[in-house]
Amino acid sequence: MKRLPLLLLSGLAVAAVAACPGKKPETPAPVSAGPDADSLARAQKAHDDSMKAAQDEADRRAREDAERRQKTADSLAGIGRTTDAVKTILGTMIHFDYDKAIIRGGDAAVLDQKVAILQANPALRIRISGHCDERGSDEYNLALGNRRATAAKQYLVSHGIDAGRVETVSYGEERPIDPGHNEEAWAKNRRDEVDILAGGDALKQP
Amino acid sequence: MKPVGLLAIVVAVYPSSRLVAQDTSAVDRGVRIGILYRPGVRPGIVILTGRAPALDSVRTIMARDIDYSDRFELITLPGSDSIRLAAPSPALGPPPAAGTGTGKTSGGAASAGGLNYPLYQALGADFAVAVTPAGADSVVVTVHDVAGGAVRREVRSRLPPLTDPGFRMAVHRLSDRVVEATLGAPGIAATRVLFVMDGKAYVIDQDGADRRLVSSTDHAAMSPAWAGDGRRFSYMEFWQGHGRLFVQDVASGKRAPVATTGQALDFTPAFSPDGKTLAFSRAIEEGTDIYTVNIKDGCCLQRLTVGRFYDNLSPTYSPDGQRIAFVSTRAGLPQIYVMAADGTDQQLFAPFDYGATGSSNAPEWSPDGQAVAFHRDVAGTLQVFVLDVRTRAVRQLTSVGRNEDPTWAPDSRHMAFVSDRSGYRQLWIIDLETGRIRPLLQQSGARLPAWSPRLPETAPSTP
Repeated sequence: MKRLPLLLLSGLAVAAVAACPGKKPETPAPVSAGPDADSLARAQKAHDDSMKAAQDEADRRAREDAERRQKTADSLAGIGRTTDAVKTILGTMIHFDYDKAIIRGGDAAVLDQKVAILQANPALRIRISGHCDERGSDEYNLALGNRRATAAKQYLVSHGIDAGRVETVSYGEERPIDPGHNEEAWAKNRRDEVDILAGGDALKQP
Repeated sequence: MKPVGLLAIVVAVYPSSRLVAQDTSAVDRGVRIGILYRPGVRPGIVILTGRAPALDSVRTIMARDIDYSDRFELITLPGSDSIRLAAPSPALGPPPAAGTGTGKTSGGAASAGGLNYPLYQALGADFAVAVTPAGADSVVVTVHDVAGGAVRREVRSRLPPLTDPGFRMAVHRLSDRVVEATLGAPGIAATRVLFVMDGKAYVIDQDGADRRLVSSTDHAAMSPAWAGDGRRFSYMEFWQGHGRLFVQDVASGKRAPVATTGQALDFTPAFSPDGKTLAFSRAIEEGTDIYTVNIKDGCCLQRLTVGRFYDNLSPTYSPDGQRIAFVSTRAGLPQIYVMAADGTDQQLFAPFDYGATGSSNAPEWSPDGQAVAFHRDVAGTLQVFVLDVRTRAVRQLTSVGRNEDPTWAPDSRHMAFVSDRSGYRQLWIIDLETGRIRPLLQQSGARLPAWSPRLPETAPSTP
């Protein structure tokens, strides 16, 4: 009859431990009298198992976090630790498919770098400008460029950046970086650019 | 270099009495080499040469205006005015093939103004126009009805000297008087076209003369648009990533920023026909939507559309001011919609096949209210289309090269647009009745044209 409450108790303990994986779990004191050793041992084992699983999960997450941070840090470190280097990364453009304003899978990593830089430099304010190729309508492209700029901003905001730090503008097809009339040029021109509005004098490495 | 040649154009025929023409002409280096006309509907007209050489430039401009009206067969006389002095000859041959063809040759010798009507009728002229000096600073334009054998109208008008910036526009007005006197239809000679080139707004006479810069040079300009009275126009300039709207006075050249704009990306301004309201597109983070502002009192910003997950832009008023056609991406790709001027009753305007029809943009309501011109993506390039407002039938107008941003002349039968048919993007004018097409400006990069209404007499011609 007493086994049930004990199991419940240890179950609660496991849940508590799992909820805070950073702390070393306290081993519950063996109950001095009453239950037979067998059931106690089984309870203990169940507890230990779930403890281990929780710890593994926590370790895995920490490892992934570290890897991701390392990846970002590595790419930053590779270029150098100067403000200019950070600016270069901040200024890396992202690109879009024709008549689309959806962030491409590969560009999420580019935006992740910008998130890290913005987090490391709280005074930094930026402007994202959306651009289009010459194929669409001149005036419609202002609306499309606006969608492209806000798509990038929404990504940054959804990753914890304060919306007030990011301004968006659109230049439509008015400012091509490649004046060509072919797909290669168009692909380059369908882009978001990032400019620094304020707080860019001395940028910290994330 | 693009291969050009005569095109076989297949278009759906809709039950419309208007807009019968297609741009069937082939184009070689910007020169028209072939035209299909509806035969027998255009009266012949002759601009008589005169003894006052000072008026030769008047006659030249007038002849071109009348030619560009596409309403006449312009008859050019060889050499000097000797024919005018020649005696009527019975051996002149059969009656004119073109024109009214009433064969009224019994008028005999010269009548009013000493004009030999039978001779000009034999040449195919239904009308003859004489320009004669009247005092130091005026001219008299005499319009002869050749078939009727009488003077149809005499117009006396002050004419600024040749060197005056208002000279050409004064002649254009005289040309329009001739069209009005002969056919009862107002002409389009006294009009101008605004356009954008290299980020600056320019204005040019409809005959391609007198190009002038009208915007500032330190900010990129876009989307010029005329007010209905021809005395003002609006356009957008990029200011630090914002789009600011300006309304500029033609006479003084002075401009004022439109109230309540300047902190967002505002673009594609469009005047209401009464000139009191400016509708425009505003892009904010939520998307692009259509707003109106009272430009008379500089107040009362009103939002007409709420897109959120799609964009609404490029408003254009119906000439009665009751409705606004616009572009919306609510069905995915941009297409042409219509709503009441207060933003209610939004509905599809130009029908399209979902998943098949390309993007449609840049609508402009015709001055007679019967049609909306726009451009649509066809097989990866843009073509000009016309929507019949009553039947909602859509007709493709162009097929040679890329053609975009159509704008109506005040006669609702001519249209300026951007085309790369000659190898680079430039401005062209098409007559929808005859299909005749001519370059307005043979300069690369001109775009976003806006054709003026008939320009008011009192407005100084210098912007």
